[in-house]
Amino acid sequence: MIPAAFDYARPASVDDAVRVLADAGEDAKVLAGGQSLMPLLRLRLAIPDALVDVGRIGALREIRDDGDALVIGAMATHHQVIRDPLVREHAPLIAAAAETVADPAVRHRGTFGGSLAHADPAGDLPAVALALDAVFLVRSVRGEREIPATEFFVDWMTSAMEPDELLVGVRVPKPGPGWGVHYEKFHRTAQAWAIVGVACAVRRNGGAIEEARVALTNMGPAPVRADGVENAVRGRPVSEDSFRSAAEHATEGTEPPGDLHGSPEYRSHLATVLTSRALAAAAV
Amino acid sequence: MPRIRVEVDGATYEDDVEPRLLLVHYLRERLGKVGTPVGCDTSNCGACTVLMDGMSVKSCSVLAVQADGSDVTTVEGLGIDGTTHPMQRAFHEEHALQCGYCTPGMIMASLDLLRENADPSETEVREGLEGNLCRCTGYQNIVKAVRRAAKEMREPAGQEVTP
Ligand SMILES: Cc1cc2nc3c(=O)[nH]c(=O)nc-3n(C[C@H](O)[C@H](O)[C@H](O)COP(=O)(O)OP(=O)(O)OC[C@H]3O[C@@H](n4cnc5c(N)ncnc54)[C@H](O)[C@@H]3O)c2cc1C
Ligand code: FES
Ligand code: FES
Repeated sequence: MIPAAFDYARPASVDDAVRVLADAGEDAKVLAGGQSLMPLLRLRLAIPDALVDVGRIGALREIRDDGDALVIGAMATHHQVIRDPLVREHAPLIAAAAETVADPAVRHRGTFGGSLAHADPAGDLPAVALALDAVFLVRSVRGEREIPATEFFVDWMTSAMEPDELLVGVRVPKPGPGWGVHYEKFHRTAQAWAIVGVACAVRRNGGAIEEARVALTNMGPAPVRADGVENAVRGRPVSEDSFRSAAEHATEGTEPPGDLHGSPEYRSHLATVLTSRALAAAAV
Repeated sequence: MPRIRVEVDGATYEDDVEPRLLLVHYLRERLGKVGTPVGCDTSNCGACTVLMDGMSVKSCSVLAVQADGSDVTTVEGLGIDGTTHPMQRAFHEEHALQCGYCTPGMIMASLDLLRENADPSETEVREGLEGNLCRCTGYQNIVKAVRRAAKEMREPAGQEVTP
């Protein structure tokens, strides 16, 4: 189908972009890679008054070293993130998860920031941002503010950003020594969204787990941290047994959806099995 | 209406376009490049794949205004002047198509794959083409064709080393 008509602006800088967003009002939308927005426009599930295309703002594509953290520009594409040496060294979980997103053509245009701002509960990167304790850098005409990952994903396709705010980047702390990471995604066909996914970061000290952060994809209207698992595995020895019993807590506080890919019960079972696998893989 | 300037298959075009015009509709309806088909409304099928500044994109998921200033190659930009591109030849020779609807997208996605990997394994071809659906062939012959074309493009016939 053909999208409904909209106004189009292509600001050249972040300052211009936030001004245009402020003037455009509630029914304007940011256009990033368009890989989620374009199908919504074509199906007329979204009918915005205006699109603010931030695709030509070069500064938003930068990935830079910021001392004890990386700052990934919102408009860095999946393709770019997967190949970026800084990301591969300091945030390999992001590269690993981005590799599982969609297909090469979609990864050429789809962006890191777009997949987070979209707040799709089936998206792979939101759970990764939670497991890495990332911080979202958001700009508007009112200035810049920081939103911790734990407060960013509010509800189904809803983030904590206001309609006139632009996600400019994400700060990802570099892991210290002893951290291991893994993303375990379950899907049945190529190019498919996760039926359930588990993002996991664990810190080992010798034979014990000292700290773990575990987050779940597609186990509710928004991605969630699995606090129960994190608490249960803390201090336990690195063993199959510890992981399996901690993973029993994976479904606490979740509201898994039921759809043609699986019932809530099936997803709950998957979450338990995948969490155990993800912990084991991250702790190697 | 915004004005765009794009290079498509070696020729430069300047046009006023409505912001909502999709690149694929611009190619088909304004430039007459009907070699690039539309297969879905959800960005899933890959039939509309073209190269934009050398990289594969689904042209149904890009606005024509977003392509402003870019260099676009469609399947019609291959095999010009009566020649056939090695990828087109390999699809023909390996029977890698039946109805042919997916073929332009398959060919463009395959060229994108070879840009980064001149000698892909069977698995790498399957992964490289995961965004392109074929409802006819069962993919076997497509995979064979891509590997055959890759070989030919690495060692062009008629370029034997002279003793
Ligand atoms: C066939 C297909 C398969 C896919 N499979 C997967 C998958 O397996 N896993 C997965 O995680 N994703 C998948 N995706 C989605 C893909 O990751 C998209 O790249 C991503 O969801 C959106 O990024 P985008 O840059 O294209 O954003 P857009 O589509 O441009 O925007 C999406 C939304 O976010 C808002 N937005 C974007 N950027 C900003 C910003 N900087 N500030 C404020 N708001 C912003 C937009 O206004 C819009 O509402 C798939 C997409 C397709 C088409
Ligand atoms: S027409 Fe199906 S992906 Fe473009
Ligand atoms: S040949 Fe018919 S869809 Fe591929």
